[in-house]
Amino acid sequence: MDVLSGLAHGFSVALQLNNLGWCFLGCFLGTVVGILPGLGPAATIAMLIPLTLKMDPASGIIMLAGIYYGAKYGGSTTSILLNIPGESSSVATCIDGYQMARKGRAGAALGIAAIASFIAGTFGVVALSLMAPPVAAFALSFNSQEYFALMVLGLALVVLLSGESLLKGLLALLVGLWLASIGTDLFSAQARFIFGQSELLGGLDFTVVAIGVFAIAEVMASIEDGEESQILPVPKGILNLLPNWQELKACRFAFFNGSVVGFILGVLPGAGATIASFVSYGLEKAVSRHPEKFGTGVPEGVAAPEGANNADTGGALVPLLTLGIPNGASTAIMLSALVLWGVRPGPMMIQESPTVFWGLVASMYIGNAMLIILNLPLVPLFAQILRLPVHMLFPLIFGVSMVGVYAATGNVFNLGLLSLFGLLGFVMRKLKFPATPLLLGFVLGDSMEQALRQSLMMSQGDPLTFVERPMSAIMLALAVIILISPLLGRLNRARLRAITENG
Amino acid sequence: MEALPIKNALRSGDFISGVVLTALGIFIIVESSGWGYSSPDGPGPAFFPFWYGVGMIVLSLALIGSTLLRPTFNAGKPIDWPMTGRALGTWAAFALSIALMAPLGFIISFTLFTFLFVLIIFRQPVLTAALTAMFCTLGFEIIFPWALGLQLPVGIFGF
Repeated sequence: MDVLSGLAHGFSVALQLNNLGWCFLGCFLGTVVGILPGLGPAATIAMLIPLTLKMDPASGIIMLAGIYYGAKYGGSTTSILLNIPGESSSVATCIDGYQMARKGRAGAALGIAAIASFIAGTFGVVALSLMAPPVAAFALSFNSQEYFALMVLGLALVVLLSGESLLKGLLALLVGLWLASIGTDLFSAQARFIFGQSELLGGLDFTVVAIGVFAIAEVMASIEDGEESQILPVPKGILNLLPNWQELKACRFAFFNGSVVGFILGVLPGAGATIASFVSYGLEKAVSRHPEKFGTGVPEGVAAPEGANNADTGGALVPLLTLGIPNGASTAIMLSALVLWGVRPGPMMIQESPTVFWGLVASMYIGNAMLIILNLPLVPLFAQILRLPVHMLFPLIFGVSMVGVYAATGNVFNLGLLSLFGLLGFVMRKLKFPATPLLLGFVLGDSMEQALRQSLMMSQGDPLTFVERPMSAIMLALAVIILISPLLGRLNRARLRAITENG
Repeated sequence: MEALPIKNALRSGDFISGVVLTALGIFIIVESSGWGYSSPDGPGPAFFPFWYGVGMIVLSLALIGSTLLRPTFNAGKPIDWPMTGRALGTWAAFALSIALMAPLGFIISFTLFTFLFVLIIFRQPVLTAALTAMFCTLGFEIIFPWALGLQLPVGIFGF
């Protein structure tokens, strides 16, 4: 199936009435969680997975993806009106967006953010449509050695960019691998680390770990922060939300810059939307004729990071769908959702599940159009969400978390585990251990162990098998270089600068 | 920046987490030693855990070492215990409501949790707490068991 016929098939799936409804619901929920500081897309997707288990896989992933990219749109609203990023990927938008709002250009800033998000988001989906098939075809030549090496490389990048301390990132990853080992070994049927609990024979449920470490821990951290802020007024009427011609002209390079930088960095594991938005902002400032004005409320300072964090979505889905390698927490959770529905992300996905793959891609074109409609005329309405008292919001999050875990597992034992993982996530935050490597270790742990053991079985236990195959050797060498790079002073300073900007 | 006395280092989060993770690494190796490192077909069920257990011990010892050997110590933002206590109090109430879920069911335990959460953690008036708890639980009952057909935990009272 070539790209055009694939897209035609995808649109025939995405344009079905029920899928349009799921897409709209996902985009709507995404916008809401993007606006709400303290509740991210990863936590929301994790909470909603159990409720999608009975859904058709195409409809389910269309909705979850809508939350993922919808949150990127919504995050800018809080950055511009409150100077608090709704999402970490909207931190860079605060710099000029809030200043524009203070100068009475809140409407224009929100409009520019929505337009940049639409242009770059659509660019990201077009690039995903064109790039995914050749990447998948190339990955068909991979065997277990290459897969193991690819997972090691992906995890190394995630660890490198996930926190100030590489040691802590690696330790969080190893804890994730340990959690993945809990249960019955598929090769030998040996029960491992079950602590005498028969409920653990099937392994830890993914939703328990993801909801605990992200949703519960996020709420606890928000309660601890307890910050109250003043929201700036949003002008009413769509005409007041449109930027003027001069502002649009100033943004023309930023739209392009954000699209390209966001997509490229989105493909790389670990880089993510936050770093993409800062790189794009920095590039915009570097090529600007008036760099000194950045930070005082220039429109291109909003357009570049907002574009980048939306184009990142298309990029992030390339390794997820064609290689089965997630690049961050949200995509790791989406990977698990696909597996739960019986879909195997990887090089064969386009051939084995064309309806899910092309349906998702096509729905993203539609979702981006829905989001610009939601985010331009309806932004004053969405801004009212920021007035919802947290003492009403937080019990709802706790409740949805409990119901989600109970719906997925059917027992109260897992609710107990949910509270333990919530505490673990909170303690990790306090001690500055990044949670994303833990989740990726947990998600990839089984596949990694399988690939490692299969490779060693085929080579009669010879570990040199990993360096005898060129692709595998290159990827492992890159992983080693990535992990030792912080030992070199200058590179470590650059890494820390990127992470500090990451928030 | 201040010099890091050994006493402070021993009480720091990095040192304590290093010790806990070293213990976890040792536990993983000891536990996996009974499963077989290799089998006639290749690596056994202990192979992978053994190696990440070793990795965990090495890295956590490095974390301990780097904490103790750090010449200076940036104390950073001091812990705001009242606010941390609020977060931990919320967790304790959440854990308690889960413990009560089996005997009392979702409706009672979640209503109690929400009521206490709004009343104590957010210091809202009793009426606000009661109304929030009642409407939250009612919303969950309408959406999940009635509209979506999802069964929620039922207690000894039959609901």
